[in-house]
Amino acid sequence: MHKDCIYLDNNATTKVDPAIVEAMLPYFSDYYGNPSSMHTFGGQVGKAVRLAREQVAALLGAEESEIIFTSGGTEGDNAAIRAALLAQPQKRHIITTQVEHPAVLNVCQQLETQGYSVTYLSVNRQGQLDLNELEASLTGNTALVTIMYANNETGTVFPIEQIGLRVKESGALFHVDAVQAVGKIPMNMKTSTIDMLTLSGHKMHAPKGIGALYLRRGVRFRPMIIGGGQQRGRRAGTENVPGVVALGKAAELELLHLEEATAREKQLRDRLEQTLINTIPNCEVNGDPANRLPNTTNIGFKYIEGEAILLHLNKHNICASSGSACSSGSLEPSHVLRAMGLPYTILHGSIRFSLCRYTTEAEIDAVLAIMPDIVERLRALSPFKNDNVGWLQQQEKSVLGVGR
Amino acid sequence: MWDYTDKVMDLFYNPKNQGELEDSTEPGIKIAVGEVGSIACGDALRLHLKVEETTEKILEARYQTFGCTSAIASSEALVDLIQGSTLDEALKVTNKEIADYLGGLPQAKMHCSVMGQEALEAAIYNYRGIAPEVHEDDDEGALVCTCFGISDTKIKRVIRENNLTTAEEVTNYVKAGGGCGSCLATIDDIIESVRQESAAPSGNSLKKNTASQQAEKPLTPVQKIALIQKVLDEEVRPVLIADGGDVELYDVDGDSVKVLLQGACGSCSSSTATLKIAIESRLRDRVSKDLVVEAVEPSLL
Ligand code: FES
Repeated sequence: MHKDCIYLDNNATTKVDPAIVEAMLPYFSDYYGNPSSMHTFGGQVGKAVRLAREQVAALLGAEESEIIFTSGGTEGDNAAIRAALLAQPQKRHIITTQVEHPAVLNVCQQLETQGYSVTYLSVNRQGQLDLNELEASLTGNTALVTIMYANNETGTVFPIEQIGLRVKESGALFHVDAVQAVGKIPMNMKTSTIDMLTLSGHKMHAPKGIGALYLRRGVRFRPMIIGGGQQRGRRAGTENVPGVVALGKAAELELLHLEEATAREKQLRDRLEQTLINTIPNCEVNGDPANRLPNTTNIGFKYIEGEAILLHLNKHNICASSGSACSSGSLEPSHVLRAMGLPYTILHGSIRFSLCRYTTEAEIDAVLAIMPDIVERLRALSPFKNDNVGWLQQQEKSVLGVGR
Repeated sequence: MWDYTDKVMDLFYNPKNQGELEDSTEPGIKIAVGEVGSIACGDALRLHLKVEETTEKILEARYQTFGCTSAIASSEALVDLIQGSTLDEALKVTNKEIADYLGGLPQAKMHCSVMGQEALEAAIYNYRGIAPEVHEDDDEGALVCTCFGISDTKIKRVIRENNLTTAEEVTNYVKAGGGCGSCLATIDDIIESVRQESAAPSGNSLKKNTASQQAEKPLTPVQKIALIQKVLDEEVRPVLIADGGDVELYDVDGDSVKVLLQGACGSCSSSTATLKIAIESRLRDRVSKDLVVEAVEPSLL
């Protein structure tokens, strides 16, 4: 990708902060020791790992001993879910939502084939949960409730602490996939109901391949990766030291910037969103307007298809992402937008813009300058110009409920 | 991510043939319209043809597409290919020619070219006053994929015209199998039947021969059991094992075949019915069309 591309796909991954690159570089060259070694050379490296652990703990308001380094969000989610089940073998029920990341959903689906029952909580048109549905699903047999903090596609933020209170009453463990939320929402594990929390480095300007799992002290943990005694036996394998150092530095920077960066991102995001909605007819924002990540907007442009929009944006060096995975017949449109019950006209034309602390005023202006034209061009090709098209209505009706 | 040819990109960025054709008042000119696709699947195409009635020549063609890059490029290609030709000539255009015109499409996007060809047919059938169902879903046209509403007639045709050999390819071309996936086994069977029919010599003499031999000499019970076991071992079990399951032959009594489903297959009650049907159709195909397969619950033994 071009160096001066306008990168508005930060929920997919982020640029590594130059300060983070600088922090990790010596651990490839000068300090290449094994942190578990007894000699001073390895010991220096061990110290760096400890510092990183403190930095990550500080971002979460947690204790250093409660942090386990992982290879990223997927490993964190997998490890948390499996550990929770192994620790309570007599309980066979899991609660999650229909809009989780595949790193949670696919694990739950596999567990169903192994005799677990799973409740997938539904969401409303704003992508928000119904706490009554959660309460009704909790039983003494529920081992684990695993719910994301914020949705990667719409930015909708779930009422995690309200959920946690109910989970605690039932005696189940509470895991939160906070990959999209950490660094965008202040966290304090000391006062939280969360037992386990997953985060990922590459969503917060650290490189890919490093993440962490917060594990509340006292919660029993059965490791998923077994081998040497690293990380007090909870995740074997020699630490990815440059990655760990990078994650530590990223955590430090997120904490430092959290308030001012999120305020700025929100202001830019709102301007982008409002201007698009006001200048382009027939489009709407997907997600919960009141409880949403400050950096994310997901907009459905009716009557046109997402990939076509993305490709036009791409021509102008603008990176965003689409809610419709039209890349294959086998890929259905986003399970998140479908769970929200959006009509197909909106669903297939949904585009997500996700900002970061590097996003500039000028970049938002560039998108605003080009977007109306792209939509107009594609709508000129579309057979569905308005909701009165009989063909369209007939199709919306006949396909309701198709698929999962 | 964008593995499109330059031709696809060029037609996508610079479309020339989009739009509608107004109903004509000119004598001897008729406008025909064909619509296909589904907004549920994220692509739909409406094709407009301006036809000279005496010659059946397509004087002009226009399209409107709700779809991705390759759907738009395929529509452009289609119009370029058929403008100026007669309806009969146009009917011969295959989806493969559309894809070739584009310098190829990613496998997963081949359904866009199929959609172009179908819209063309729909328009011509409309023009000629033939109801599309008569063509597409003739007597044998059984619905195979309920997720996307695809009949076996359509699946067979796309297999033949594009030489498809796997269910995955069929999904890429017509989407069948891309939803819940419960029709994949049936699609495999259709591929197999198309392959057999094309392997048979034109006079079908060989096929007739074996069929009549079979009719003359029915299998003995021992032969029948051996054949059932062989089909299960060679054709059914590998697929199930790959999915974490297995099947074991439990008993054969006349035409009733009892099997034990194991592993992932056994624990999921909804899959039992599907599996039974999949195994049954395979055994009927290979051994005898009268076989009835039953799954025995291990707990009942
Ligand atoms: S029936 Fe074909 S994919 Fe569901």
